[in-house]
Amino acid sequence: MTRDTGTGIGTDTDTGTGSPLHLAVALDGAGWHPAAWRAAGARPGDLFTPGYWADLVAEAERGLVDFVTLEDALGLQSAAFHRTDDRTDQVRGGLDAVLLAARIAPLTTRIGLVPTTNVTHTEPFHLAIGIATLDHASRGRAGWRPQISARAADATHFGRRTTPRLTDDDVRDPELIAARLRPLFAEAADVVEVARRLWDSWQDDAEIRDAATGRFIDRDKLHPIHFEGPHFSVRGPSITPRPPQGQPLVASLAHASVPYEFAARASDVVFVTPHDRAGTRAVLAQVDEAVARSGRDVRARPLKRFGDLLVFLDAEPGSAARRKARLDALAGAELASDAEVFTGTPGDLADLLLDWRSAGLDGFRLRPGTLPHDLVAITRGLVPELHRRRAFRTAYEAMTLRGHLGLPRPGSRYAPVRS
Amino acid sequence: MPAVGKKQLHLAAQLPGIHNVTVWSDPRSESQIAIDSFVRLAQTAERGRFDFFFLAEGLRLREHKGRIYELDVAGRPENLTVLSALAAVTTHLGLAATVNATFNEPYEVARRLATLDHLSGGRAAWNVVTSFDAFTGENFRRGGFLTEADRYTRAAEFLATARALWDSWADDDVRADARAGEFLRPGAGEFAHRGRHFDVSGRFATPRGPQGHPVVIQAGESDAGREFAASDADVIFSKYNRLGEARAFYRDVKGRLARYGRAPDELRIIPTATAVVADTDEEAAAYADEITRAQVSPQTAIAHLEAVWGRDLSAYDPDGPLPDVDPEPDAQVLKGHSVFRKGREETARRWRGLAEERGLTIRELVIEVGGGQTFVGSPRTVADAIDRFVQTDGADGFVFVPHLTPGGLDDLVDRVVPLLQEKGVFREEYAGTTLRDHLGLRRPDLTRRHSRPSTTEAS
Ligand SMILES: Cc1cc2nc3c(=O)[nH]c(=O)nc-3n(C[C@H](O)[C@H](O)[C@H](O)COP(=O)(O)O)c2cc1C
Repeated sequence: MTRDTGTGIGTDTDTGTGSPLHLAVALDGAGWHPAAWRAAGARPGDLFTPGYWADLVAEAERGLVDFVTLEDALGLQSAAFHRTDDRTDQVRGGLDAVLLAARIAPLTTRIGLVPTTNVTHTEPFHLAIGIATLDHASRGRAGWRPQISARAADATHFGRRTTPRLTDDDVRDPELIAARLRPLFAEAADVVEVARRLWDSWQDDAEIRDAATGRFIDRDKLHPIHFEGPHFSVRGPSITPRPPQGQPLVASLAHASVPYEFAARASDVVFVTPHDRAGTRAVLAQVDEAVARSGRDVRARPLKRFGDLLVFLDAEPGSAARRKARLDALAGAELASDAEVFTGTPGDLADLLLDWRSAGLDGFRLRPGTLPHDLVAITRGLVPELHRRRAFRTAYEAMTLRGHLGLPRPGSRYAPVRS
Repeated sequence: MPAVGKKQLHLAAQLPGIHNVTVWSDPRSESQIAIDSFVRLAQTAERGRFDFFFLAEGLRLREHKGRIYELDVAGRPENLTVLSALAAVTTHLGLAATVNATFNEPYEVARRLATLDHLSGGRAAWNVVTSFDAFTGENFRRGGFLTEADRYTRAAEFLATARALWDSWADDDVRADARAGEFLRPGAGEFAHRGRHFDVSGRFATPRGPQGHPVVIQAGESDAGREFAASDADVIFSKYNRLGEARAFYRDVKGRLARYGRAPDELRIIPTATAVVADTDEEAAAYADEITRAQVSPQTAIAHLEAVWGRDLSAYDPDGPLPDVDPEPDAQVLKGHSVFRKGREETARRWRGLAEERGLTIRELVIEVGGGQTFVGSPRTVADAIDRFVQTDGADGFVFVPHLTPGGLDDLVDRVVPLLQEKGVFREEYAGTTLRDHLGLRRPDLTRRHSRPSTTEAS
């Protein structure tokens, strides 16, 4: 079999079904296992230093992954989804993810950078210009994961509003939680809408530097956005000129119908959490229904679907499972996760990814169980394995994050349509 | 080597965001948005051993006569995000950003500044500004909700709250002790603050940064602003860069410190300045003239006059005399700009008097009152003037605003700084790695141990 070196991606493959697989890596603390910070090779004393994160993202970039996501929250992490806790035996504390992404941008050249931000207690205008600036600073590699604040305790950090106080009964069922949080998702969709309008509010050619008339900008190419919603209004235009990607990539994580609707309205990429191939089909059908209900034309505005997996990887069979078991023992409980937890070899994981992909996924977001161990296993174990199967790029072909995903650069909605 | 008995200078640089300082029509002028421009200016400032690099903030495009103002450089990135990126390509340079205390909440701002301090290894600074401006407020959840009098009460309480948040983690609260299984100390990050503007409590999510508190800058000139600087700031910016008025400002502000139990050198006074450097004084004077005329185009001259007169003056010739019509003091034509806010009738009277006395055209007048360039001359002339200004207590240093992006600091750094170093009034190498080190400011102690918070009350 000859390699298709022209595109860097195999077209007809042994196990793939044609379209290239996309890979993202989710970075969080010392890894996604609560005891990851105690694993061999972990750097728990470095979590608040830029060098730690720069090393991880450089490794991900060596593995040619499409993008990394950086988790964030306004409050301290906790073991329970809906409540804070007083634990001292797990990683607590973090850095602002947008600033962290910007700190890494000059040290990388191709990989996409997708920070999480809260959108419940923050200002839409500030968020929009922060992400636009990350896109400028990274020359078109910015994404954004807007996240609602489901924890009532976060509200007391701001003291200007309250949010639903979820009970243990609520959190047992993703549909129940989502229903309780529906108003916050509606508001979040407004935040994304404001951000997209602000990104569009400068046409690409608004800066004219016309010495003859003394004008630096052409005000006819700058547009107020006039957003009026139940929670806020924003006049616009943006203070920050249109970013390189036109609109940075918006991603969201979704487990239930309300967040699927949010993704259908607001996202370019949705992360879903199926547990097998059949479940993948079922979840994607729900996403498709939400898209259809929203009236979105996915040919004009594609929605990429990524499966989330929490992974422990070792070359030797059985080793990853033993490693996870040791961490479970240290944590005093078996790892609980919204996403499927995978333990095995890179070959096993490659099999699984290609199998689930056949249910209609565009790619996967892998959450390394421990850092840097499982990240390195992805970049140096899984990626070569996917290359052997001709299912993943062997070089970056585009300069922007939208480019990696094959997504078009949107035009400004305010630009006059050219005939 | 520092000269005995001479004050040491503090130098900073600012890339203006929205301003008519930058001569955008110059062919050497590049993007004010591209990251390359920021990198080049910051690295030049660091090569010159400057204390810090400053980015201002503006949260709404200016409007003039109800339409977006087109004549000046407009469009700026979000400053803390840019400074985070610059932290990766600099090693010592301080990184200062304006962040408004009106259209933000303390938890988020404290968190972002603590993050920048971590990401830069202790080089973050915050210029705390206020706004009462409902025009800017139209971009924010709360809208324009502060009276002018309330701006500084909120700003002071905002800063006190941010400090409580930074102090909610002790320096050694992150244990990361894997063997013992203790990641952090119990109670780390707990805070509670109840006051007139903020009622907040919970746990702060970012450990204390390398500087303890980022450096705090203040830039208001009103009495309330000066008082806020004297009580709470590490640095104050000003626009007073002519020696006489600068010395009056310096005396006034330094004189307020004792009331707060502070020594005069606990607050650095750093006015904004420009420098035009050429081989000879004559060449520099000619170049300064050229720059000033580019900054004040005929259209800009009329626009400035309209901002003060409060009416449409587009029919007047910028190269002719001042209009014979009187100002309309209640009509505000320029929005989103802090100058020409107050006392416009008085300003107009003064301008008319000056124009009549000196026979100035509209454009000449605007150039005259705009102040032109601060330091003009050969490298020797400029170095001497800067030194004299500081040694005679006009300032503790300057924030230089280059008129070209991104090459506008080169002459100052390559030709003037070496002479200041020769005089022994400016460092040849950084003595420390944090901005507090450069400014000679001590690292704040924890004002309160982290154990369990006793509610801080703000009056
Ligand atoms: C050097 C300097 C920088 C400033 N930067 C900003 C800024 O970035 N954003 C802003 O809104 N105001 C800025 N200002 C304006 C002042 O902070 C302040 O709003 C103005 O002087 C009015 O305040 P006052 O009433 O106390 O004089 C700056 C002023 C100076 C002198």
